[in-house]
Amino acid sequence: MALNPTLLEVEQLSVSKRLNGVTFTHQRGELLGLIGANGAGKSTLLHAIAGLQESMGSIKINEHSINAIPPHERARTVGIQPQAVTSAWALTVADIVALGRMPWGDEDEAAIERAIERAGISEFRDRIIDQLSGGERARVWLARVLAGEPQLLLVDEPIASLDIHYQLAVMEVLKNYSRENNGVIVAIHDLSLAARFCDRLCLLDKGELIALGTPAEVLTEALLSRAYGIPVDIDLDRNPPVVLPR
Amino acid sequence: MARLITHYLTPLLIFFLLLIAWISLAYGSTSVGVFDGLSAWFNNEQTEAALIIGEIRLPRTLLALIVGAALGMSGAALQGLLRNPLAEPGLVGASQGAALGAATVFYYGVFAALGTLATAVAGLLGAIAALFFMLLLSGSGRPALVIMAGLAISTVAGAALAVVLNFAPNPYAMQELVFWLMGSVSNRGLDSLIILFPALIIGCALILSQRRLLAALSLGEPVAESMGFSVKKGSRITVLGAACLVGSSVSVAGAIGFIGLLVPHMLRPFVGHRPDKLLIPAALLGAILVCLADIAVRGMPLGRELKLGVLTSLIGAPFFVWLVWKERKKWL
Repeated sequence: MALNPTLLEVEQLSVSKRLNGVTFTHQRGELLGLIGANGAGKSTLLHAIAGLQESMGSIKINEHSINAIPPHERARTVGIQPQAVTSAWALTVADIVALGRMPWGDEDEAAIERAIERAGISEFRDRIIDQLSGGERARVWLARVLAGEPQLLLVDEPIASLDIHYQLAVMEVLKNYSRENNGVIVAIHDLSLAARFCDRLCLLDKGELIALGTPAEVLTEALLSRAYGIPVDIDLDRNPPVVLPR
Repeated sequence: MARLITHYLTPLLIFFLLLIAWISLAYGSTSVGVFDGLSAWFNNEQTEAALIIGEIRLPRTLLALIVGAALGMSGAALQGLLRNPLAEPGLVGASQGAALGAATVFYYGVFAALGTLATAVAGLLGAIAALFFMLLLSGSGRPALVIMAGLAISTVAGAALAVVLNFAPNPYAMQELVFWLMGSVSNRGLDSLIILFPALIIGCALILSQRRLLAALSLGEPVAESMGFSVKKGSRITVLGAACLVGSSVSVAGAIGFIGLLVPHMLRPFVGHRPDKLLIPAALLGAILVCLADIAVRGMPLGRELKLGVLTSLIGAPFFVWLVWKERKKWL
């Protein structure tokens, strides 16, 4: 079966007081960055797409309305890694990654192995999650959601509080996953990394989508100072690109 | 060694359970052959051995095992559901709710039409109500809130229990109730098993049906929800299962504290801390510990009987103190 290149269609999506009439589409193979100030509605948008948040408007995945897809089916197609996840119990890394197979109801060794490989965490697969550093944990959470091999991967600020080495590592993982014909949407605060890794960016401001396009189209001084309320320095011609508050 | 235990945990626990059950049947002031007694009892012979084993020790042993299994399983389920290692039937208000329900039946004859089932049904309803209000009050699984909500509900149930006692028509109500609440499995007879056994099966089945949800909940409600689980529905089923177990065991054997708290903690290292794999071993170890405690109670010098619940509290309370201490060190 040939897969439709358009994976996600969001139309006039609203969540009371948090999102207002957001419309965009998302293609397979694309890494879409969700940017905007704190409280702009990035997490709300991701949660709504994953079906964790009641919303108005239409969300279609593979041309099917999200409301028409049974929860387990939806969970197989859309994987989300919410912000600031913690494990209540001292589970091993391997057990946490295996939890990613829950939507499928199996413990597919091959899929778990691929996820561990993709996230680059095989060296500490038998360790306890409590004993890992923040950067190591971030990749474990990522491996957990990758184990479900969702066609659409939503990740909420995976690199907040990581050092620059791990920031790059995590963004690489996301980029590579999108290149395997999957859709990846990532909420991200670091605009330089957003410019460097994302194919397109979606800029939210107070619940409204104010810009959508390539990094060069979205990361302009006018748009960013409107969204963040401060002047910014933008140099997208540099390699890697730099976007910093002035 | 630890790896071996991990691998053979359930068979090992079953072995110990059978061993303890055997000791419980064999142990007592009169020495009787367990086999002889059991076979005589099954064949309806009226020998001394048949009476002692079949009418006294067998019900007591089975009761201890079932109550222990119920408490162990419900403790493991509640801790998994609330993601809180301190959740325990006694601490989340379920035991007090059950006690309140059962006491109301004792003294006012509510549900009289149900006959012997009345206390169990009332205990069950009390436990469900307590857990329902606790969940309503705590809102989410935030650990501190769960404990606070449990404390609040326990206090309310305790106050209501005091009112029940205050106006009890029977002048000895206070003493009876206090003794009953101390928990015991002696002199209950085989009748009580008619209530307890189905409650154990139903409660365990409800909880085990949600074991995947418990595993998913390790990473929090949003993650579980995103995996396709209905957390709300699953929580209700789990709570109903736990209430079934706690309500029936409290209504028959009174409050036997700390088993539900202790057992999951003892087992967690051997199941890789997985809440789903903890359930059955917790039921088995709960059964073993309560039966063991009951044997210890029977071994005390004659005279005033030490209540089973008092013994488990004596052992369990210091453990609870240690848990709080350990938790405190995490935050320092």
